[in-house]
This record gives sequence, C-alpha cells and structure tokens, in this order.
Amino acid sequence: MIYLNEELCKGCFLCVNVCPKNVYTPSDVINHKGVKVPIFDVDKCIKCRLCTLMCPDQAIDIEDDD
Amino acid sequence: MVEVTEHSHRFMKYLRPERLPHLFCPGCGNGVVMNTIFNGLEMSGKSFDNLNMVSGIGCSSRIPGYVKCDSLHTTHGRALAFATGLKISNPHRDVIVVTGDGDASAIGGNHLIHAARRNIDLTVICINNDIYGMTGGQISPTSPKGSFATTAPYGATDKPFNIAQIARASGASYVAKYTTAQPLQLSMAIKDGLNNKGFSLIEAVSQCPTYYGRKNKIRTPVEMIKWFEENTIPIEQAESMSEEELEGKIVTGVYVNNPRTEFVEALDKIIKQQSDINPDDNIKKAYMSD
Repeated sequence: MIYLNEELCKGCFLCVNVCPKNVYTPSDVINHKGVKVPIFDVDKCIKCRLCTLMCPDQAIDIEDDD
Repeated sequence: MVEVTEHSHRFMKYLRPERLPHLFCPGCGNGVVMNTIFNGLEMSGKSFDNLNMVSGIGCSSRIPGYVKCDSLHTTHGRALAFATGLKISNPHRDVIVVTGDGDASAIGGNHLIHAARRNIDLTVICINNDIYGMTGGQISPTSPKGSFATTAPYGATDKPFNIAQIARASGASYVAKYTTAQPLQLSMAIKDGLNNKGFSLIEAVSQCPTYYGRKNKIRTPVEMIKWFEENTIPIEQAESMSEEELEGKIVTGVYVNNPRTEFVEALDKIIKQQSDINPDDNIKKAYMSD
C-alpha cells in the first residue's frame, strides 16, 4: 500500500526519478498549495522503499499489504 | 499545521508534526538527509530517547528543529564547540551534529579539525550543498572550480575543500562521503558513524536547486540528482586516477574506518589516576539522583 500525503508534497518529482519500476508519474492534480503532485500505480510497486527515503518532505510511505 | 491522517509516516514518530511541512525548498537535499539520519538511527539500534542534536546556522542546521529530541541551535560555526561541551558533560549521550558546508569548513573550520584531532565521540553529518543557500547563494569553500554564484558571476577560481579529506588528515576515526543520490549508502554510513566510538564525519553532498542549480543551469532537483550520478566516482577507483581526471568529480565511499582512543575515555582515565573522583559517580549524582 502506498500512502501519499498531498498536504506535505512540494512537487519536486524526486520520487518519479528514483523509482526503479516507474510507479510514480507526474500529473496535473493540484493540491491546496497549487503544487502538482505525482500519481502512482500500486500494482507496479516492489516495496523497495527507496521513495520513502528519497522524498524530502516525508510525504510518501509504503506499508506491507498483510 | 498538518492534520494527522489515518496513516502515519514511518519517520513521523521522530518529527514534530505541528511544524511540518518544513521550510526547505521543493527537492532540497536536507529532507533526504533527514530521512537517512532516521533510517541510520533505526539500523544502529541506538535509542532515540538518548539522542541529542546540535546544529549551527544554515539551511541544514534547521533539521534539529523538526526532530522530537533535545537539541541545540547554536551560533554560526560553533556547533562542534557546543557539542563537545554537551558530550563531556554527560558522555552517555549520543550526540549528532548537523552542520552545513559553510558552517563546518568556513567559519567553523578550526573547530572541525580540532574535534577530529581529539577524536571526541560525536557523529557529524555535514550537508554539503556547495553554496551558501540561506543567505542568497554566495560561494562557499566547497564550491567547485568554475561554478557560478552570486559572489562569483564569472565562475569560482579557487580550488575547493574536500571536507572528508580534511577530517581524515585531522585524525577522525570514521569518515565517509556520499551524495543524496545514494540514500541507502548514506544510511549505512550514518549507522556506522553512530556505532563508532570516536569522531565520525559523514559528508552528504546534497542538492540546492534554488541557488546552486539556478546559477549553474541545473535547475530542477531531478537534474541535480542526475548530475550527481554522472559525476560520482567510488574511492577505490579514484585511487588510480590523476588529479586532473578527478577535478569536478565527487569521490564517494568510506575514507577512514580506524577506531582509536576516544577523548572522554582518555580524560576519565587521567582523572581516575590523579584523583579519587570517579567520573561515572559524578554523572550519576548530577543527573540521576533525586
């Protein structure tokens, strides 16, 4: 399960760059601050958790499904 | 203020949620280094309750303000001096010093070399973004030759400092250098630094898209991360390369891992030899008696 906290996201798209499986893609979805947040595809995720380390704003978290 | 959502981030228990989102620019490397500090702390097995953080002045020095532990935000360049006092007053603390490149190598350069020489048990995380980000993008001692900044409109002419090499030459017992494009290696280095009894310096080369990126035509955080990836050379490979080949490159890896006698331990030994005072009893009296 991927949790993306849109309130904290600043739209730097480092997650788009770091993900080895291209789970994240830039989008035109705008949060309350006017920042374009990424969208994600949960099915592609292999839970390497690189994005949780790479997100500078602690906006992304990944949890095991069970 | 951010509402606590139904799911709490894995590092949110270390942070002060009422202060988030933090003031770092979008894509700033300070947030990445903050994540790796928590990840390294979890891997090291050290207790978060026993952790103290010290910082000086600069963008990177804002990090302890967001962490839910006892912290000191000190004067420019003097973070290591304050941390030395903190460590000696109670050697059972784990002290992390978060400092920037200007803080550690320019105004606090003398403190850095002497803390490393004494081998006092501190874990210094030096976030090197090659520029003075907070004050408007001036050249710092680590700005690469030829890079542009507010105070160097025609490019920097000086040879930059390599903070990791300075710490190695000064006698630090653990020195590592990684970029923010390597968050796992950085976490491992922070873990090893926390577990090393002695002066540990971890240099985290970080991106500043707002000033360094804008002045040097690497405008987005993603471009800066790609620039790090292209210019990173492992230390093993760098040993066989000439100085001209290494110009402008970031040599990453573990520079030193050579534990030696720690400063407080040596001091306690002298105290025990020369007087009847037991330093451990003194600390118990000062902090744990009622």
